[in-house]
Amino acid sequence: MKQSDFTVRENVRIAEKTWRMCLEGDTSPFVRGGQFIDLRLDGRFLRRPFAVQKWDSESLTLIYKTVGEGTREMTGIRPGTVIDALTGLGNGFDADASKQAALVVCGGLGASPAFTLVKDLLAGGRTVTVILGFNTAAEAILYEDYCALGADTRLVTVDGSAGLKGLVTDALAQLNPVFDYFYTCGPKVMMKAVCGAIDGPGEVSLEERMGCGCGICYGCTCHTVKGPARVCADGPVFKKEDVIW
Amino acid sequence: MVTSVKLCGIQLKNPVVPASGTFGFGLEMASVYDLNLLGGISLKGTTLEPRFGNECPRIAECPDGMINSVGLQNPGVDALVGEKVPALRKLYSGAVIANVSGFSIDEYVQCCRKAASCPGIDILEVNVSCPNVHGGGLAFGTSPQCAAQVTAAVKAVCADKPVFVKLSPNVTDIASIALACQDAGADGLTLINTVLGMRIDIERRKPVVANRYGGFSGHAVLPLALRMVNQVSKVCSVPIMGCGGVSNARELVEMMMAGATAVQVGAENLRNPMACKEIAQELPLLMRELGIEDINEIIGTV
Repeated sequence: MKQSDFTVRENVRIAEKTWRMCLEGDTSPFVRGGQFIDLRLDGRFLRRPFAVQKWDSESLTLIYKTVGEGTREMTGIRPGTVIDALTGLGNGFDADASKQAALVVCGGLGASPAFTLVKDLLAGGRTVTVILGFNTAAEAILYEDYCALGADTRLVTVDGSAGLKGLVTDALAQLNPVFDYFYTCGPKVMMKAVCGAIDGPGEVSLEERMGCGCGICYGCTCHTVKGPARVCADGPVFKKEDVIW
Repeated sequence: MVTSVKLCGIQLKNPVVPASGTFGFGLEMASVYDLNLLGGISLKGTTLEPRFGNECPRIAECPDGMINSVGLQNPGVDALVGEKVPALRKLYSGAVIANVSGFSIDEYVQCCRKAASCPGIDILEVNVSCPNVHGGGLAFGTSPQCAAQVTAAVKAVCADKPVFVKLSPNVTDIASIALACQDAGADGLTLINTVLGMRIDIERRKPVVANRYGGFSGHAVLPLALRMVNQVSKVCSVPIMGCGGVSNARELVEMMMAGATAVQVGAENLRNPMACKEIAQELPLLMRELGIEDINEIIGTV
């Protein structure tokens, strides 16, 4: 964990209730896709954690949904604003766990934290199938970006307004992709269904309301077969077999 | 310039102490800054047996503060004395304060006996004020008789180590409870624990935290904590660790003037993990500005 200031370079709406923020600052604490940043926002007592979609040596991108007062106010932050951030938080996905072929199943905003994972998987010479599920076409994000990375990317919407119609598990059954390891990120019910539908090994990225974001308050604890675990510091990524749903 | 203070013979290099529950077991922060900047560390609340605590969500945002309903998640006292404290002691030479909770007097006694026998622990902090567990914690801290009973029972097995009793603000008359603890043998008092509170998600029409109510803390409780520390300091002679809403060195000085010998910093650590370090570093500068040569000269002066 590191505390440093970031400067907002962009804060734009990219889909229904969905915004993208680009921040310039020291990204060196980030080493794995699926890690997160904790931002101190004016007028809020607690910081707000956000998965980082991607980063380079001087800036990073996060995607957020307007779900409460804090994130609604966040849409008003202008470029040039300086934000105090805790960086390099969480364990992130283990790209090395997949040997040759990986499956990545994302739901909604879960498409964001899996992006760097897919980039790393591809850079390691693996073939990658990505299933991106959304409620409707207006909420879809990053489909073109995943295609551009070179992943075999399939879009699924519950209402059929874009791509295949149905749930990500329907797409999984239809496509029957070949893989030796899977990763999933999205709503809990979706991840649980994905884990139930796949026999093989994999990992999931959990989400919980957090206090500190860095492991000191025990505000985001989940149940695992190895005992209580802090989503922020022991996770957010857990092995499928360790999670107690 | 003197920043060191003494709690029942235990020297603290400065009065800054992260409060229990807001700093893990200290180890979590060791990679972020040198813990030896801190006068003391109050460790995560510990019970006789390991506890998961309450279900999530455990956290709610509030105006100028937050609610938590962690519910005393901890690995149990054996892990505290066998693993956590020995590991912390390799990195930290300041005062280590073990915060202990229980669900019966016998449990408090057993837990405190084990903690008191651990050479790395300097002070016991007996929590009779946790609002997040049913049938324990707070139940012991809301009547002078119960608080005194716990204090006397614990002190009987911890003769060699100072015992501080951590008091709840969720009471009618905190001074009478503080006095009862002092009379029962408490070597010191910590106050205040969190204030019982609630937030409601108006879209879901449900409480935000799964446990319905939780402990409110943060900057907003500072005036309440100051008033209670002041009231207790006027009737008790034992040292007080003041706790509640402190976020900077000025507020630490305020808490000491109200009557505290040491000052615990709680929720502020969660929004600013550097808070205690910054306060410890700001303190000498502020003392110079205020013309304070020895920090002890301001304790309870108001």
